[in-house]
Amino acid sequence: MDYFANDLTSLHDLLVKKEISATDLTKETLAVINEREQKVDAFLSVDEEGALKQAAEVDKTGIDADNVLSGIPLGIKDNIVTKGLRTTAASKILEKFDPIYDATVIEKLKSAKAITIGKTNMDEFAMGGSTENSAFKLTKNAWDQTKVPGGSSGGSAAAVAAGEVIASLGSDTGGSIRQPASFNGIVGVKPTYGRVSRYGLIAFASSLDQIGPFTRTVKDNALLLNAISGADTRDFTSSKHEVPDFTKGIDSGVKGMRIAVPKEYLGEGVADDIKKAVKNAISVFEKLGAKVDEVSLPHSKYGVPVYYIIASSEASSNLQRFDGIRYGHRAQDVKNLEDVYVKSRSEGFGDEVKRRIMLGTFSLSAGTYDAFFKKAAQVRTLICQDFAHVFGKYDLILGPTTPTTAFGIGEDIKDPVTMYMNDILTIPVNLAGLPGMSLPAGYSKGLPVGLQLIANQFDETTMYRAGYAFEQATEFHKQIPMIGGQN
Amino acid sequence: MAISEDKVAHVAGLAKLAFSKEELQKFTGQMDEIINMVQQLSDIDTTGVKVTTHITDSINTMREDVAVKGTERELLMKNVPEHQDGFIKVPAIIDENEEA
Amino acid sequence: MNFETTIGLEVHIEMKTNSKAFSPAPVQYGSDPNTNTNVVDWALPGVLPTVNKGALEFGMRAALALNCEITRDIHFDRKNYFYPDNPKAYQITQAQTPIGRHGWLEIEVDGQKKKIGIEEMHVEEDAGKNTHSPDGYSYVDLNRQGTPLIEIVSKPDIASADEAYAYLVRLRQIIQFTGISDVKMEEGSMRADVNVSVRPIGSDKLGTKTEMKNLNSFEHVRKGSHYESKRQQRVLMAGDEIRQETRRFDEATGETVLMRVKEGASDYRYFPEPDLPPIHISDDWVQEVKESIPEMPDKRRKRYVEDWGLPEYDANVLTQTKEMSDFFEEAVAQGAEPKLAGNWLMGDVNAYLNANQIGLLDTKLTPEHLATMIKLIQDATISSKIAKKVFKEIIANGSEPKAWVEKKGLVQLSDPAVLQPIIDDVLQNNGKSIEDYKNGKDRAIGFLVGQIMKQTRGKANPKVVNKLLIASLKQL
Repeated sequence: MDYFANDLTSLHDLLVKKEISATDLTKETLAVINEREQKVDAFLSVDEEGALKQAAEVDKTGIDADNVLSGIPLGIKDNIVTKGLRTTAASKILEKFDPIYDATVIEKLKSAKAITIGKTNMDEFAMGGSTENSAFKLTKNAWDQTKVPGGSSGGSAAAVAAGEVIASLGSDTGGSIRQPASFNGIVGVKPTYGRVSRYGLIAFASSLDQIGPFTRTVKDNALLLNAISGADTRDFTSSKHEVPDFTKGIDSGVKGMRIAVPKEYLGEGVADDIKKAVKNAISVFEKLGAKVDEVSLPHSKYGVPVYYIIASSEASSNLQRFDGIRYGHRAQDVKNLEDVYVKSRSEGFGDEVKRRIMLGTFSLSAGTYDAFFKKAAQVRTLICQDFAHVFGKYDLILGPTTPTTAFGIGEDIKDPVTMYMNDILTIPVNLAGLPGMSLPAGYSKGLPVGLQLIANQFDETTMYRAGYAFEQATEFHKQIPMIGGQN
Repeated sequence: MAISEDKVAHVAGLAKLAFSKEELQKFTGQMDEIINMVQQLSDIDTTGVKVTTHITDSINTMREDVAVKGTERELLMKNVPEHQDGFIKVPAIIDENEEA
Repeated sequence: MNFETTIGLEVHIEMKTNSKAFSPAPVQYGSDPNTNTNVVDWALPGVLPTVNKGALEFGMRAALALNCEITRDIHFDRKNYFYPDNPKAYQITQAQTPIGRHGWLEIEVDGQKKKIGIEEMHVEEDAGKNTHSPDGYSYVDLNRQGTPLIEIVSKPDIASADEAYAYLVRLRQIIQFTGISDVKMEEGSMRADVNVSVRPIGSDKLGTKTEMKNLNSFEHVRKGSHYESKRQQRVLMAGDEIRQETRRFDEATGETVLMRVKEGASDYRYFPEPDLPPIHISDDWVQEVKESIPEMPDKRRKRYVEDWGLPEYDANVLTQTKEMSDFFEEAVAQGAEPKLAGNWLMGDVNAYLNANQIGLLDTKLTPEHLATMIKLIQDATISSKIAKKVFKEIIANGSEPKAWVEKKGLVQLSDPAVLQPIIDDVLQNNGKSIEDYKNGKDRAIGFLVGQIMKQTRGKANPKVVNKLLIASLKQL
């Protein structure tokens, strides 16, 4: 199956008209994965047997004509638990962990008859922006295998960009969907906080994490978000806010839409080729009838330190359950309980995870709490207020997704602070719980440039409408990486 | 603010992590850099600013007090490194009653 | 130098909700290990907590019964520490926004009434259970994990071991009447941590305190704090300093033993639980909970004295436990005379419970049967002597008293037509006693009555017998 030549709707048609069976589609997908994995290494595990079983079941009960995901193989980030299917969060500490329940999003996908084809690579516990922090393998950018795919959802992004699957799920805590989408020239959406249940998402930072879709087109993205959204009685942070059909009115254009461009998002540190692409995007929107103004988000520059304190603090607590007692790695050669804790955790976690646990533990400890955690939580309020102020007058915020295009493997990771600064444009969205999208908006030296659209809380519809209008008016999404069959 | 190796070692103790001497030095240096980056927050006047610790719009979400049968014990034991007679087994605690 | 003692108590009470505080798994005691747990209790990767509304309401009930102000905007906090019975390695509790604050209860020691302040109360979750084994391993059972607790922190108003004891008795009584817990120390549904310090009288600064954790009997609290107060005074008198330490009460010796010295405050890294959104408690909700609280012992006691004419002492005894008080009220509702019902409960019933080491609800006695029996005595269907027999039967075997009395033929004989021939017979056979009677020896009557009772196997109505006997003697 050539996923570059199809979208969800056209694939669905083929399945409904029985021009292809779910089993055949799954087999072809497995074959493509098998071939392209040699280049991208996007998957941590491919569940050939399970996927074929699910496909056979779908063929037996029939493709659901009303359900666009019926019979479609999808990739799932490996921090989303899948019953009976190994889930590691790319950490040694969960190397042999087999979940005994399904995440809510997986239940929803299963009831939509979608097929889980495998689990995608990521930075360990979603901490990182290059997928180089995986304990198991190095995933490569679909456009240039010497470059990183971004992260932390690098595997999910690379798999879609390489045409291995038509869509996948990732998670975004500080940009972990939008940044790899940007690096891989595809569409990635972090929904409003609370839009999608986090039940079954291995927590990194509880007040920031959100699951979201990767696709090659804006409409496909909206279709997948339709399937996974909604309140969940098992996640009290999930919202009871009504879930609209995100594709409804997606083609109604941006005429009269008020778009804000924060000047801080085009400041120092943002590469010229990125600025150029964003300026081009502004003119596209203006031509389509939108009104674009420059605005200011004065506290956005504090987003990175605020994020690193809050995310690390929550993570330090969330990751304490990995203690070698009920599941996960338990160190051998232990003499007492303290050994079980310290050795299992020290052997099981990678350096970046340890660094964040350390920073978080420090930020929460007696004597530092007020100056770190509390201060960050206060500045977070100011960042939220900046956005609220802008959304009082504007429908959408526009800017780049990342300061640069994909960097080289091994290039950035040595210096954590530089690495953290790469998230400067995506982080504020998580801090304020807003929906954000990255979509292809140009290429520089053969690497994709991403455009970021940010909407007000629960207003994904406006974001999708603008994204769709931009996509229809440009050709960027039609470019495909030189990978696999077409080489 | 410079963080000392001692402080880093203390934090590692709280987090149940152990570092070799070299690792401790490396982490101390990196923590120091991160903490310096974080220090810029002290420039902002946050007097009277509320904290944001929850971003969800859902408040007063509660569950009615209705019990649902627990998960099968056999299933729960599936990933347990050591168990016996329905108990999870762990090497002995030396400092007894540290927390009760 | 003279010293004064300051005692602070932190009491944890398990609340008997249907489901756990932050997961829907059942709250149940005595099950096989790890059979009342679910993926949330186990803190499997990806799970999230859910707040049990019932646990919050029980917490509010307790807070209101202890005269606390209810905190209207609450959230939960995480208390971080590693332990095998604490699967998340954090406990969900309320550090910043306790459900109740500034409450009090009243105690009475040696006739002196005193108000003891309650600093604050938290709704939180209990941990699982760790059993240490000599084989060098601990065995973890998570059934208890997540059971809702209410933690009640007293102000340092308690000045003696006896006051500490009285505080606990009173607290248990009040909580029991709210219906939120069984408050059984021996089963661990009520546990106390005790802080003791001493200072020279007149000093305005509290002394360094030591802590005893998880004491499981009121008597241990009394003995432990008494010993600890004396020990600290001895240390200070010797010119030494009190160290901040955790000590264990040794049951065998009645002494406290050093467990470990505290080096600075523990660092639990409390922060707001991000997985649980904040909760606002409205006026309406507080009102609703207030109305759901059963009548408190003080009110009942007053009602027993004022409405039912019970002596103060009886009213006090009958309201010591909720089971006793409920039983008493039900018996009265079934028609028993309050004073008589009270006498039976305080006398024979309590004696039976003590002799058999059981609780009231463990017997077969029902309020209805007790009321029926009392009525049978009052209408002279049975004698008070027979009543003792009937009581034994109904408390041990649960028989319906009226039916049993009839079946066993124990109905009192009051009919003169039946009794006269027996009296005549006894008189005929006891000429010596008649002589004695005539000679003014009143004791003879007692002997004759005894003979008549013997003949009737105790069923004769003593009043009627007396009357008939004297009439017969006078005719002789």
